Formats: sequence, structure tokens, C-alpha cells
Amino acid sequence: MQHLSIFPILIPLLFGALMLLPPISRDINSQRVTSIIGTLFLLISSAVLLYKINTDGVQLYALGGWQAPFGIALVADKVSSLLVLLTAFLSFCVMLYAVAGQDRGGAYFHPLFMFQIMGINGAFLTGDIFNLFVFFEVLLIASYALLIHAGGKQKTQAALHYVILNLVGSSLFLFGLGILYGTLGTLNMADMAIKVGELQGETATLAKTGALLLLVVFGLKAAMLPMHFWLPKTYASASAPVAALFAIMTKVGIYSIFRVYTVIFGEHAGELANIATPWLWPLALLTIAIGSIGVFASPSLKILSANLVIVSSGSLLACAAINSAAATSAALYYMVHSTLASAGLFLLADVMARQRGKAEDRFVRSRPFVQPRLLGFAFAISALALIGMPPLSGFVGKIMILQATQSTAQTMWVWPLILIGSLAALITFSRAGTTLFWRHNGTVANEAIPAKTTEIISIALLLLASPILVLFGGDISEFTQQAADYLHDIQSSAYDLLPGVTQ
Amino acid sequence: MEGLYAFCVGLLTACGIFLALRGRSFSVVIGLTLLSYAVNLFLFASGRLKLNAAAVLGQSEQYSDPLPQALVLTAIVIGFAMTAFAVILAMRARADLGNDHVDGTIPTQPNPTARKSGGSQ
Repeated sequence: MQHLSIFPILIPLLFGALMLLPPISRDINSQRVTSIIGTLFLLISSAVLLYKINTDGVQLYALGGWQAPFGIALVADKVSSLLVLLTAFLSFCVMLYAVAGQDRGGAYFHPLFMFQIMGINGAFLTGDIFNLFVFFEVLLIASYALLIHAGGKQKTQAALHYVILNLVGSSLFLFGLGILYGTLGTLNMADMAIKVGELQGETATLAKTGALLLLVVFGLKAAMLPMHFWLPKTYASASAPVAALFAIMTKVGIYSIFRVYTVIFGEHAGELANIATPWLWPLALLTIAIGSIGVFASPSLKILSANLVIVSSGSLLACAAINSAAATSAALYYMVHSTLASAGLFLLADVMARQRGKAEDRFVRSRPFVQPRLLGFAFAISALALIGMPPLSGFVGKIMILQATQSTAQTMWVWPLILIGSLAALITFSRAGTTLFWRHNGTVANEAIPAKTTEIISIALLLLASPILVLFGGDISEFTQQAADYLHDIQSSAYDLLPGVTQ
Repeated sequence: MEGLYAFCVGLLTACGIFLALRGRSFSVVIGLTLLSYAVNLFLFASGRLKLNAAAVLGQSEQYSDPLPQALVLTAIVIGFAMTAFAVILAMRARADLGNDHVDGTIPTQPNPTARKSGGSQ
């Protein structure tokens, strides 16, 4: 079906708008049913889209019938459709968790959730860099409101920092786009990739300024050092379903870095070839280092998960710095794994926090859990996956990243840092697990709330993804390899998307 | 014309960044607004500055690029919504946290002279 590639944007938009209207807007139960149906539709259509792309190749969707580069085009290729499917699966699981009662904290949770998914999917699918900005803003404004969902001092404080930082980021994004439009005369990413090779001298320097401004913005979204300070506080203070959905937000930044600095400013960019690489190398490695230090210093499970998100961002940035098809393939695999695993841990942390009375998710002696076996089992799985121990997907993902290093110098830097990051996670998870599950006093807290069935199903789905990613590891890594080859081949990722332009 | 225009954009950006780095949420919001004005002017200039040039073909001898105008329009709308949100959030933070500092607490000053000279106030 030719309209399939716009469905991941339209479905959340329509369902979100529908839930703002009466009679659904008045009743939380009908909103819940609508949300579940909406995310399920999204999941099905994304899966069909991925299947279609895999068999028929890239789908170019010209909005309003205006052909690229004059109109805005949606490009559904293997990279974007994989990430759209990831978003759909994540949002379905998180929504299952939220309907158990976490959505009660404030009005408009469900519509905002849908608009956020729409922004994320749009950012993945668009082929126009200004449209990327617009979808960034859509997902940001929904995330601002979702962040203060359920209210509280901490949330307001974290949200103020997050909003101000991202508003400055948006301004920088527009400055960068203005410079690039002024020098290249186009905003279509494929067209930019072709034209950027012709820039010379002063114009090239100007375009370089714009491109590096964009790196600052994407780095801010991806929590790249030194723009990562907002992340632990924001993620730790957000309510559980929101934090779990935010697990994909840093990946939007990483995806944009891959898209812009591999396709537009990649090998073929003439004077501007690989301009991001010298910046990405030190920043990626330092991000892993600072994330590992954060992991060691984490006082509670939510802050630990947030710091693990920084470590995984650093690892993905290192893949972007290696800048080869093998590294991009490893990054895509690792992205799927780390999004689902960290979302699972955020939800699990919330379930645990509710059963420990005043201790919440802090690593201190507390009352015992109501469901120690269930939680212990889930904690062990998510810890194994996030540390990167065999037999779960973290191990496979990290091996793929380690194998992707090309020279001795790269190996010397990347291997120790990634392995030390894993060690930090291993030590902290063992300490955390010991305190959380074995150091108890007294009896079960009176206010303890056992996990509801849908919550357990949701966490189980997210955690089951890890062994599934290993079981079908061969097929998935083959797919990510094809996606990475597509991204690194300028013929397929740029020239083929513009009818009538040849190399 | 270009020089004056560039100077104005630069001044707006400089003031915007200065104010956005202040400690009180009101000046930060004003700073963000100035920054978004600077961005709008900058985007408009990315299609080159021309006199007597309409954005519609056939209306004048020269024509100007209509795309930056469309981009500015989008940027204005988004910037407006974001500023409105930032204002509401700043008011909410003032109510929730009891003061208007972006960190939620007013940092303690080491001595009275630092307070007089402004510092992070």
C-alpha cells in the first residue's frame, strides 16, 4: 500500500486528537481502551511497513504530491522503519503499564503520549531536515508536558532545566539550518548530500559551522558530553511510563547524528567529508567514562538506569565516530537492545519503589518486597541484559561494537572504555541487588502495592525482547547490516531518492 | 544594509545568550525570546537580502526566495508556543519551589559585597 509509510505519523495523530474530544476525553477508561487500540494499530502498521521495506526496498512518500527536493518527502528505509517498529513496540508496552493506574496523575496523559509518539516517528521517517526540526519540536513539547505529569517539586525543577536547555537547543538548530540553507540552497537531506560536495573555500567553512551547530543540538538530545547534565535528574524524576518512553528520546538524537553525518557530511562531502568524526571521538569516549562514573555513584535504581542511558549513548556515539558500515550495524542492534532494556528497568524500578515504603528505590535497608521472587527474577534479567553478560542481547550488541573497531588505535580506546562501562554496571548492579533483595528488616510495608497483571505483562514483554534479540540474532544483525550498508552508500541513500538526478 | 542587519542579529543573539545564562527564570524567558527573534531574522536572511523583490514570480523584476519566509513563519509559530509554555512553567516553578531561581534554591552568597555587585542574582 503506498500510504503505509505515513501511517506511523497519522495513527498517533488521529488517536491523540480523538482522545481530546468528548465523549472519550471525559472518561479515563475509554481513553485507556483507545490508547491500547491506537498503539496496537501502530505496532501492526509498523511491522507491515518493515516487512514491505524488507521485500520491496525503500519507500519514498511525497507529501501533497510535491516531488522532492521541492516538497517534503518521507523516506521509509530499513533504518527508519526498524526504529519506527522499535518505537511502536516500546509505546505499546509502556501504554500497557500506564493503563494500570500510572496515567491517573494528571489530565491529558493519553493524548500527550500519542503526540510524543507521533513526533518520534516523524523524526525517524522524514527526509527533510527542516521537517526534522518540526518533528523534534512536536516530540519536545509533548515531552515537556509529560515530564511534569503527576506533578511534584522535583518534576517542576527538572522540567524547568529540561525546557530551557531544549529551547536554547531549538534556537541553535534553527541557526544551523539557516546557515545550511543559505549555503546549500536546499533542505532535502538527499539533495543536501549531493550538493555539499560542490562547496569550496569560504562557503564550505560556513556550511561546516552550520553542520557543527547541528551536532551540538543532536548531542544535547543524545546526552553527549558536556550536554548530558540534564539527563539523570530528568529521567529519575519523571513518572515511570514517561521515563520508559524517554528511553527512545536519546536515540532520536543518535539517529539524527547517523543520518546527517553519514549521509550528508559523510565520505562524499568533498571538503566537508567526515567533519563530525574528530569531535565525536573524544566526546563519545568521555561520555562513556562520565556515564560509568555516574553508574558507580548512583544512589537509587532510577538514577542508575538514567546513568546507564548515558553509557549506552556514549557507546552509540563511539559507533558513529568509527564511521563504518559494520559500526552502524552494531549501533542499530545495540540501539534496539538498550532502548528496550532500559525502558524495562525504569518500569521495574517503579514497581520496586512502590513496595519498599519510604525507602522507595534508594539503595538502603528497607522492608521486604511483597513479590520478592517475581521482582528478583525480572531484576536479574534486566541487569544481565544491561551489563552485557551472556546469554542476553547486551552481550551480542557489545561484541558487535567491539568487533567494529578498525585500527589498533581505535581498539585501544574503545575496548577498555566499553568493558570498564560494563564492569561499572556489573559492580553497581550486584551492590544494588544485594541491598534491594537481601538487606531487610521488619515486615512488609502497609502501603506496599503489589504489581498488577498488566504491569507484569508489560515488563515481561520488554525483558523478553532481550532473549528474542539473541535467538534471532543472525537475522536481525543481517538486517541491520543491510540497513547500515544502505546508509553508507550515497547512491542508494541520496541519488536514488531524487528522481532525475544521477551521479 | 547587510552590515546593519547582521549587527542587529548579533546584538539580539548576544543579549539573548546573556539573559538566558542568568539565574532568575524571568530573565531566562526574556533571553529565550530575544534568541528566538534573532533566529527568525537570521532565517529570513538565509534567502539573501534584496530590495524591491516580491516573493511571487512576475510581480517585480527581481524575485526573492519564498522558502525562508515559510520557514520563519513556522519558526515564529513554534517559538511562540514554546515561549508560552516556558512562561507558564516558570510561574508554576515559582509557586512550587517558592522562589524564581532556575535551580529552585537561591544560592547563598559568601559575603554582602558579592550580593551588591549582582553575582548570580
